[in-house]
Amino acid sequence: MISRFSTMFCAVAATVVAALPAAAQDTVKIAYVDPLSGGGASIGEIGLKTYQYLADWTNAHGGIAGHKLEIAAYDNKLNAQETLVQVQKAIDSGIRYITQGNGSAFAAAIEEFVAKYNERNPGKEVLFFNYAAVDPILTNEKCSYWHFRWDANSDIKMTALTNYMKTRANIKKIYLINQDYSFGQSVRKEARAMLNAKRPDIEIVGDEVHPLLKVTDFSPYIAKIKASGADSVITGNWGQDIALLIKAAADAGLQVDWYTYYAGGTGGPTAIKQANLADRVFSIAEGVPNDPYEPAREFEKAFRAKVGVSLFYPRAVNEIRMFVKAADEAKSVEPTKVAAKLDGMNVTVYNGGEGFMRSDDHQFFQPMYISSFGPISKDQPFEEENTGWGWTEKGKIDTPDTMVSTSCKMNRPS
Amino acid sequence: MLELVTISTLNGVLYGMLLFLMASGLTLIFSMMGVLNFAHASFYMLGAFFGFQISQIVGFWPAFIVAPVLVGGIGALVERYGLRNVHQHGPVAELLFTFGLYFVIEEVVQMIWGKGPVDYRVPASLDFSAFTAFSTNYPAYKMFELLTAIAIFAVLLAVLTRTRVGLIIQASLTHPHMVAMLGHNVPRVFMLVFGVGTGLAAVAGVIAGPALVTQSNMAGLLGPILFVVVVVGGLGSLSGAFLASLLIGLVQTFAVSVNLSVADVLGGIGVAPPAGGPLSDLWNVTVAQIAPIIPYLLLVLILIFRPTGLMGTREH
Repeated sequence: MISRFSTMFCAVAATVVAALPAAAQDTVKIAYVDPLSGGGASIGEIGLKTYQYLADWTNAHGGIAGHKLEIAAYDNKLNAQETLVQVQKAIDSGIRYITQGNGSAFAAAIEEFVAKYNERNPGKEVLFFNYAAVDPILTNEKCSYWHFRWDANSDIKMTALTNYMKTRANIKKIYLINQDYSFGQSVRKEARAMLNAKRPDIEIVGDEVHPLLKVTDFSPYIAKIKASGADSVITGNWGQDIALLIKAAADAGLQVDWYTYYAGGTGGPTAIKQANLADRVFSIAEGVPNDPYEPAREFEKAFRAKVGVSLFYPRAVNEIRMFVKAADEAKSVEPTKVAAKLDGMNVTVYNGGEGFMRSDDHQFFQPMYISSFGPISKDQPFEEENTGWGWTEKGKIDTPDTMVSTSCKMNRPS
Repeated sequence: MLELVTISTLNGVLYGMLLFLMASGLTLIFSMMGVLNFAHASFYMLGAFFGFQISQIVGFWPAFIVAPVLVGGIGALVERYGLRNVHQHGPVAELLFTFGLYFVIEEVVQMIWGKGPVDYRVPASLDFSAFTAFSTNYPAYKMFELLTAIAIFAVLLAVLTRTRVGLIIQASLTHPHMVAMLGHNVPRVFMLVFGVGTGLAAVAGVIAGPALVTQSNMAGLLGPILFVVVVVGGLGSLSGAFLASLLIGLVQTFAVSVNLSVADVLGGIGVAPPAGGPLSDLWNVTVAQIAPIIPYLLLVLILIFRPTGLMGTREH
């Protein structure tokens, strides 16, 4: 009896001792501040799952500078006020890294808040990692040293899209439809300017904005597009706004080409298949799942097996890998030291090729790809949403060709 | 042009009918019991989620019948054990009760089905295009929505004006005390009306779920506009609610397709609006951009100039 007890005691003691270094090891938390309810929930949930997967992946590959990485979710309800409340809550609980992506208006609020906070609280700096808010203003007029953007901004995406459209002779009449807030307005403005410069023969027959994530039935808008006689549509819509837009087009049998930023989001592929728009919906992104780049294919495969959806945010992979790299190089998870390493960092990006975090404005530059959605061949392993269709690369824009100038005059910490 | 008008009319009528399905119950409840049921759209949402869940198990058609009955039952229970007790404390307490109920239902729905949209699809038997107008397909499912709404309007109107039950309800609208004096069980009539009203909202939910998006914010998206329908149509008037629903459906759909702005109008009569300046945004906003707020403008105007609504008979 006694011997059994002592064995048990020893075993317990051994476990405790073994667990000690792990317990002493701090956890680094990233606050994920995005919509987890309401119209943006479907996309916010997928982002959250992506980050949770990336945290697990990081921890399985040695953690971050000897620490464990963890994601804490905060629901900003797609509201600027609530966003700041949630960011404050995250900071109060000791979190010093914020990541957000859905909605440039909310990203702008966080960027400003973090800049002020860091000014007032030296030694407790907070970093803002932006993975999807693409309004150019965030790295131009409003740029901040504490903000890093991994997604190509809207001007870069539009440059790439219009460069591709330039070569499509069948485009005669274009219709613009976008969400009525800072990002949507910037898309319509740039589309107009760039099309005028590159293809002055194209007529813009419509220029529409609609309320952000509030429209449940796009039929009236589709009727308008149809009546305008447009042969192609440009839209920066995301979340349910792109899925429902294409769904309404499918219901009405509207046959046009779609040049989009985010047609790959939840519900998009299903609607495209339903509308039978084979290779007529184009999307611009920093990765195409079916590209023959093995490391990315392997990651995609493992991701789908675990999470059950496609990897919609290759840029989030870049973000976390670079965060880990910066912290490892700095041998610290102190935000100021991590920021200094991220500033100007060069890496091989998720989908292959070179990328770098430009020091002038903290905008990340990487190869961009135009792809279209349609039937896939045998050597393309990835379909979307069980449609049997997938994304095929149509054009690649290399890193140097994605460079756009910036008006940022960055205030650097001395 | 003709094409746009035709398609917009169809879309507008359809949207109007959906509003009517919900507003019919709300206007009856509002006028009979004086209860501004803030949670009415929540019953619509419950209908959509029940419809989704039941159709997963036994298919769409049984769900189309069972879900509204279940939701109507819940509505009747809410009236019997909640609202009736609150009633003694006056209209403000009732208002707050339904206001609270709205949040409770939303939270319960989020707990059970999550915050994201559920995959509620159009049944295969209705997934084809009914006809083609100007090369625009018109889905059969939308025709089904339209016909259901019209059928319900006809049945409701017949019940209210041609049957004994309708007689009592009509009388309770205008003279509740007299009806009670005559020995009718007015509380039971209230319970019945509340149950049927919420059941109708659920019918709208079951139908609208696959066409729109079934998720926990759908009550919030459609809730406010219902009150516009009820006020514009006139309290307690079923025909008024029908008319107002159609009107708002059409106004909203057509507004989206009008690209006129103040600057265009001024330009048309030969006055150039000042270019630039702080007000330049105001001149250039098109009717399409303000389409979502036009119904509320209508609400304000109606309340100022015709407080009884289009077909209301009773001053409130």
